[in-house]
Amino acid sequence: MKKVINNPENVVNEMVEGFIAAFGNDYKKVQDTNGVIIKNKPKRVAVVTGGGSGHEPLFIGMVGEGLADGAAIGNVFAAPTPNTVLEVTKELDSGQGVLYVYGNYSGDVLNFDMAAELAELEDITTKTVLVNDDVASATKENAFDRRGIAGDIFAIKIAGAAANDNLTLEEVARITQKAADHTRSIGVALSPSSIPSTGKYTFEIADDEIELGMGIHGEPGVKRTKLQTADELTANMLDYIFDDIELQENDEVCVLVNGLGSTTLMELFIVNRKVAKILSEKGISIYDTDVNSYCTTLEMAGVSITLMKLDDELKKYYNKPANSPYYFKKGRG
Amino acid sequence: MMVAETDGVQTYLSTKQVKDLYIYVGQKVIEAKPTLTEIDSAIGDGDHGIGMEVGFKKAIQQLNEIEVEDINTIYKEIGKAMISNMGGASGVLFGTFFVASVKNKPVIDKLTLATFTHLVQSGLEGVQARGKAKVGDKTMIDALAPAVEALNAAVEQNKDLVKALQVASEQAELGLEQTKQLVAKFGRAKSLGERAIGHQDAGATTISIIFKSIFDYVCNLKTNGELLYE
Repeated sequence: MKKVINNPENVVNEMVEGFIAAFGNDYKKVQDTNGVIIKNKPKRVAVVTGGGSGHEPLFIGMVGEGLADGAAIGNVFAAPTPNTVLEVTKELDSGQGVLYVYGNYSGDVLNFDMAAELAELEDITTKTVLVNDDVASATKENAFDRRGIAGDIFAIKIAGAAANDNLTLEEVARITQKAADHTRSIGVALSPSSIPSTGKYTFEIADDEIELGMGIHGEPGVKRTKLQTADELTANMLDYIFDDIELQENDEVCVLVNGLGSTTLMELFIVNRKVAKILSEKGISIYDTDVNSYCTTLEMAGVSITLMKLDDELKKYYNKPANSPYYFKKGRG
Repeated sequence: MMVAETDGVQTYLSTKQVKDLYIYVGQKVIEAKPTLTEIDSAIGDGDHGIGMEVGFKKAIQQLNEIEVEDINTIYKEIGKAMISNMGGASGVLFGTFFVASVKNKPVIDKLTLATFTHLVQSGLEGVQARGKAKVGDKTMIDALAPAVEALNAAVEQNKDLVKALQVASEQAELGLEQTKQLVAKFGRAKSLGERAIGHQDAGATTISIIFKSIFDYVCNLKTNGELLYE
């Protein structure tokens, strides 16, 4: 596995240093941790996201105006330490509290929860919204057990917009929870990633095989099949989402076609072409579409499709402008 | 002076010996990094060994740097080093084990069997309160709980420290063996379902290594006549 790195032990530190070297006018590193925050956060509820590294531009790329105010990141595929989360929290709190928004993984939950307890000792109120959009990772009855994948993007967008509206922590949490509850994703993997520290592939898969529902750390999916055409694959993936969330004619959705790392924009557009076609045939209207690689898995090849069903409230916050070096939305509506 | 090796004779480790003990334990876990990586790669994401190395390296460095006056400090420093540096689930869980062991405890300057048992019992309770895992969930608890149970039984039976540690170490290893038959309820292995069967849990492996190396170290102290008697 060829990677452009120095010492595998330093990949995360050096990544953060490189990010700050590029965007230091607007961002700063939290001293002695791998936390990144925006400079000059206004006095309001803060939104903090985070998780393991290896999913770039998530999570640091979602720190920005109308988005998260800070990200606490861990080693590759490993949750950030409670200390990192706590320091980011302390830097950002201006007395109105801090909302944690991140994907539902046991390591992340343990570390963020521990940080929340430590923050409480410093008189900082926190609330948590867990993103659990991956329909392949557990049954509908056990949805609380599901992993968070690219749906993080929508949840962070909505959280940032709600916080910017000077709402209370309870309100920001309620609206962000609604965004998470209205979001479903499914992914497919074509090839594995390799972790810098082990230098090994995370799983094995034949050249002509794909795994439907595979997670962003190589967690097993629901089905391994022969490679299909983009259209067949897209239709199969969307079926899992339609089976899980009720979508009726005239419903409005936001679409995210997300590349997992090494799948090209060309392929993502081909997938999106079919997504648009299928949704149109069902009479579901597409309010907005993103085709990009936001939630990646190092060099894994593959794609995930995410739908967020809108209501008036979610639309109001989705319409707010957002801006970071890796995510941009013009205000609309 | 030779003391008869019988149950009921109170032996203990001094604060200095406990510090050396955990430096030894840390080295043994670090040495096991390739094994832990291999085990974790089978059903997790392969970083357990790397995390444990980071945690124990920092803990050893810290123990060597500071003036250790009581056993509470030793546990607290190991726990804090893990929580602040490892990340992942194992950082919080192993860190919590050490911190919870001595949380709200009066100053401890000698480690008898009863004290050690009391500490690991508190550590186990702390880990369970945080991680919510029970025996049978294919986690570190599967090795830790039987070891604690063995220690409690040994205290009841007034057993000798070395013998008690031997049984605890054996029970931890047995518990570890049994994780091979289990479906995981936590962590990355959870999504494997039945496919996790046949593979042992990485966290339980580390617990087993910790107990084995505690036993080896204390056994060695006894052989060298360095165990202290009341």
